[in-house]
Amino acid sequence: MYTTDLSGKKKAEAVAEDPAKLAAFEARVAADDFIEPKDWMPEAYRKTLIRQISQHAHSEIVGMLPEGNWITRAPNLRRKAILLAKVQDEGGHGLYLYAAAETLGVTRDEMTEALLSGKAKYSTIFNYPTLTWADIGAIGWLVDGAAIMNQVPLQRTSYGPYARAMVRICKEESFHQRQGYEIMMRLASGTAAQKRMAQDALDRWWWPSLMMFGPPDDKSPNTEQSMRWRIKRDTNDELRQKFVDISVPQAEAIGLKVPDPALKWNETRGAYDFGAVDWEEFYSVVKGEGPVAKERMQARQKAWEDGAWVREAARVHAEKRAAAKLAAE
Amino acid sequence: MDALVTYALRLGDDSLVLGQRLSEWCGHAPALEIDLSLANVALDQIGQATHFLALAGALESKGRDADQLAFRRDVMDFTNCLLVEQPNGDFAQTIARQFLFAQYQTLLFAEMARVKDERFAAIAAKALKEVSYHATLASDWVVRLGDGTEESKARMIAGLDWMWRFADELFLMDDVDVAAINAGAGVDKAALTAAWDSRVDAVLVEARLERPPARRAIVGGRSGRHSEHLGHMLSEMQFLQRAYPDAEW
Repeated sequence: MYTTDLSGKKKAEAVAEDPAKLAAFEARVAADDFIEPKDWMPEAYRKTLIRQISQHAHSEIVGMLPEGNWITRAPNLRRKAILLAKVQDEGGHGLYLYAAAETLGVTRDEMTEALLSGKAKYSTIFNYPTLTWADIGAIGWLVDGAAIMNQVPLQRTSYGPYARAMVRICKEESFHQRQGYEIMMRLASGTAAQKRMAQDALDRWWWPSLMMFGPPDDKSPNTEQSMRWRIKRDTNDELRQKFVDISVPQAEAIGLKVPDPALKWNETRGAYDFGAVDWEEFYSVVKGEGPVAKERMQARQKAWEDGAWVREAARVHAEKRAAAKLAAE
Repeated sequence: MDALVTYALRLGDDSLVLGQRLSEWCGHAPALEIDLSLANVALDQIGQATHFLALAGALESKGRDADQLAFRRDVMDFTNCLLVEQPNGDFAQTIARQFLFAQYQTLLFAEMARVKDERFAAIAAKALKEVSYHATLASDWVVRLGDGTEESKARMIAGLDWMWRFADELFLMDDVDVAAINAGAGVDKAALTAAWDSRVDAVLVEARLERPPARRAIVGGRSGRHSEHLGHMLSEMQFLQRAYPDAEW
């Protein structure tokens, strides 16, 4: 769900790589060839990908929590089934992404430990609370919409397993986005109370959604390297602009107002001018100061700790089975 | 109320309440794979609930659809068995509930798929494939936990102990059941007990667990006499429909 490098304050360390291998690698990537797990790759490329893919996987898993918050309160049977299936899809995305990261030589348990210890990051967006049913609509429409914008180019990212995972994920995300918008449409054309709920959700989710594309280009140190390696294919600001240009008319179409007084169509650019994102808030949330960051981490830690005995039992049982099978042979 | 309406409601309420309970796990399960499989089971149950409650509404012909039946009835009008409303507890308790109930649902729907009333038979035939998988999934976990570590065994025993009190109610027959059988829609549940016992026992043997001792059954769900847990579940589940009665979602 989130593909912007959050932990890359400093540039990847320079490791002395074999210049001939490096040149061949760079040429393959420049020719839009896919790099596969057994192919040679520079250490920095491997590290950057592990960080990005695991961060993306963690975002899917933590992202189950804000929406999961409304499954038991969904307003009718159809909405309940759709939401449950959607949150289940997010879990499935986490699963394929962890598997893609594992091809780079890291285990799922190591990645999970990194998440739970706070070492690994996940999308800042999930550190905001879901307060009303309309938040489920806003998340599908805006958050999944922003995720799709980030992820569609990644179907052509240079690392094969990641690119293939993205193809499948993008299909599901586009369904999620439509269901979110449909919830918003219904609310916006409903009772006064429902309309209020919808506008309030847009007011709260708009700016955090714009932050999902990551810091502005001039503050994004790894963008250049990542673009050269085709790990990233558009800059943060390009994607953010595209998101604004698509989302504003969608809000207008259902009679909702985007909470940005500076928002204005720019005829010359053929795009919307929009107000400044509060980057101070963004960096605070990245640091773990989001409104519900503690609740999210606590929920993940609790699930992991409470489940330890189950995972242990499954492991021990599998060993017993294997031993019994061996003895029988 | 017409017996067939009540019969369909009972089936729908069982699935709805179990689906709601299972969905509480979403995002919080012991492992990602377990999270996905519990969500699958929950989705199947909610699907079954939607079909049975829609059928109940159609048979009643008072203009109530599945959502009105799910979200606008109070606790004394819910007719699910007590087993499905029991709290999730730890994973072993959830699995104990799922195991006992899925074995019952598998036998029930296998019979119901053959009844004369095509409306009931069609829902049961579709649901049978789903619940057979639920029974396998739950049985596998009973075995893993029962024959895993000392801790998992103790938890599995405690989970079964919690749920065992509510198993007899599944097979209880009353006037509604008899009327449904006479109408060509119902199943003789009492006749399922022997098969249920042997399936449950076979899994318990494989799990190296003893069958919990027989005890006085706790009953009442079919006539709206529930545990304290159901009211809390409904207050959460029905919140939006109650708070905004004139809204459509």
